[in-house]
Amino acid sequence: MGNPNVGKSAIFSRLTGVDVLVSNYPGTTIEFKKGIIKLDEQLVEVIDVPGTYSLEATSRAEEVAVSMLKEGDLVINVVDATNLERNLYLTLQLLERNIPVILVLNFWDETRHLGIQVDAKKLETHLDTPVVPAVAVTGEGIKELVSRLSEARIHENKFDEEGRWIEIGKIIKEVQKVTLKKHTLLETLEDMSIKPLTGIPITLLILALVFWLVRFVGENLIIYLFDPLFEYYLPAVIGLSDTLGRGGIIHDVLVGTFIEGKIDYVQSMGLLTTGLYVPLAMVLPYVFAFYLMLGILEDSGYLPRLATLVDAILHRLGMHGLAIIPMLLGFGCNVPGALSTRILETKKQRFIAATLMAIAVPCMAQTAMVFALLGSYGIKGLGIYFVTLFIVWLTLGLLLNKILKGETPETFMEIPPYRIPYLGSLVKKLWMRMRSFLTEAIPFVLLGVFIVNILYVFGMIEWISEAAAPVIVGILGLPKEAVASLIIGFLRKDVAVGMLLPLGLDMGQLIVASVVLTMYFPCVATFVVLFKELGAMELIKATAIMLVSTLLVGGILNVLL
Amino acid sequence: MEITLFNLKSGEKATITRLEDGEAFRKKLASLNIRVGKTIRKITEQPLHGPVVIEIGNTEATIGMNMAKKIIVAPFGVISK
Repeated sequence: MGNPNVGKSAIFSRLTGVDVLVSNYPGTTIEFKKGIIKLDEQLVEVIDVPGTYSLEATSRAEEVAVSMLKEGDLVINVVDATNLERNLYLTLQLLERNIPVILVLNFWDETRHLGIQVDAKKLETHLDTPVVPAVAVTGEGIKELVSRLSEARIHENKFDEEGRWIEIGKIIKEVQKVTLKKHTLLETLEDMSIKPLTGIPITLLILALVFWLVRFVGENLIIYLFDPLFEYYLPAVIGLSDTLGRGGIIHDVLVGTFIEGKIDYVQSMGLLTTGLYVPLAMVLPYVFAFYLMLGILEDSGYLPRLATLVDAILHRLGMHGLAIIPMLLGFGCNVPGALSTRILETKKQRFIAATLMAIAVPCMAQTAMVFALLGSYGIKGLGIYFVTLFIVWLTLGLLLNKILKGETPETFMEIPPYRIPYLGSLVKKLWMRMRSFLTEAIPFVLLGVFIVNILYVFGMIEWISEAAAPVIVGILGLPKEAVASLIIGFLRKDVAVGMLLPLGLDMGQLIVASVVLTMYFPCVATFVVLFKELGAMELIKATAIMLVSTLLVGGILNVLL
Repeated sequence: MEITLFNLKSGEKATITRLEDGEAFRKKLASLNIRVGKTIRKITEQPLHGPVVIEIGNTEATIGMNMAKKIIVAPFGVISK
């Protein structure tokens, strides 16, 4: 346990070898995670919990941490050695809980640069329990921590709040010396990026750079790596197609149908063609590029500064600055985005954040396909798509904030120092995210492609498209066949966007269809998470908002474009 | 002289003298070591009624505008008695 952003997950990961996401902003961990270590031939369970400043929880993530305390036999209290004074408050509270506590002084390396001298030995004597200096990202101190776990002591001090601060004052006087330090380059950058006059241009620059880099890296990976790979793979598919007699149900399910006499990776809709090409060669390169950039933003410590700069705007939408984190994560995948709404304090904030994200933030899988679809129209096509979603996000937020009852507490947030991202953790995080994309997205894509085939084989698509024609054709101005794409959109948005390609839509229709696919409903994976996070009633409300605003926005776009 | 943290000039240091609100507010601030008697530096404030950014000890924090109006400070360089 420990304060937010002190490196609990990094220590946990070092101890147990279990992969967990580690970032440089308070609130990365929102749920507990279990791992096992071997101690003297005995298997011991270690639990990583979200950060909390005290044992009186103020958010849902903190509640998780405090409630886990009852389950433990020993507490490893991770402490930020550069902020000892305020970190010790939780330590003293823990020492009153009749449970053995051992202290880890993380960021030990940073104390030196900051001119802070902490006497770990003295602190140990004072608290009468082991204190281990450590650097979690490099693993320094972990061995000592493990070897001293058994020395952790139980205490039964009883302080009131006032008493704790007095005690902390005494301790700090004895164990900590602060010498004047020079202003470092990173600190100058810290000041520049949070002052509005320089911070806002820096933010715009960073966001533009991230957007451009994601496209640049994604596009080049496709052109120079994935497309050539699938060229090599083509003869194998053609061989299989010939073996299966170039037709029939099994052929169409596996290889797909011929488009102008040839296999078309995007349009054929076979499990072994479209089912592999869309997730691997169209989506994966962008997902990789996006998570690379996100990892750098997360680990540098930039996100809390971004949250501060956008706080005033988000406040008017019924949230506060930290809500930028679910939005950014949502651009990668809406599932972690929905989960991270837990860092917000009130129900109203969480509802607005989850709803706005589900409606107006397209995940990278979908964005990648929209790039492929609208990219050829240049800045105009993509511009209208993103600006429309942004206006929806803004308008809906303003409205929901007015309509919904409930409080919007103000921001109160720690801003961590800038840290140069540690390459090892960046690579590990990127790998974890890619792995979950590969294992969770690809089965759904295959299932989606399979269902498309089934629907066509049994002629169900025609039946549904007749029924939905008044809405699809009348309001949205799309051909009624587009309904197939909307059905598959429940499962996977990337496959759904791909299904628009054979319909021969013009730019206006493509934009309408892309916007509608983004807004009308979240994919099933997000839907399940939203159900867990919001509950049935709130989810029904959110869904109603989605459907109504989709028809409204789709209808307006249809008239305008 | 006592003013609110909100009214403190950016870049200036001050001592916290009073917190104008109940227990919960005091506890919340204490979690980042923002307590009476501590030295605080206002780094900047955001436009459009945005939050105030402060430094206390080795910690930087963002505090909502209305909260900053309830933190009463005595700026450095001014002798208050």
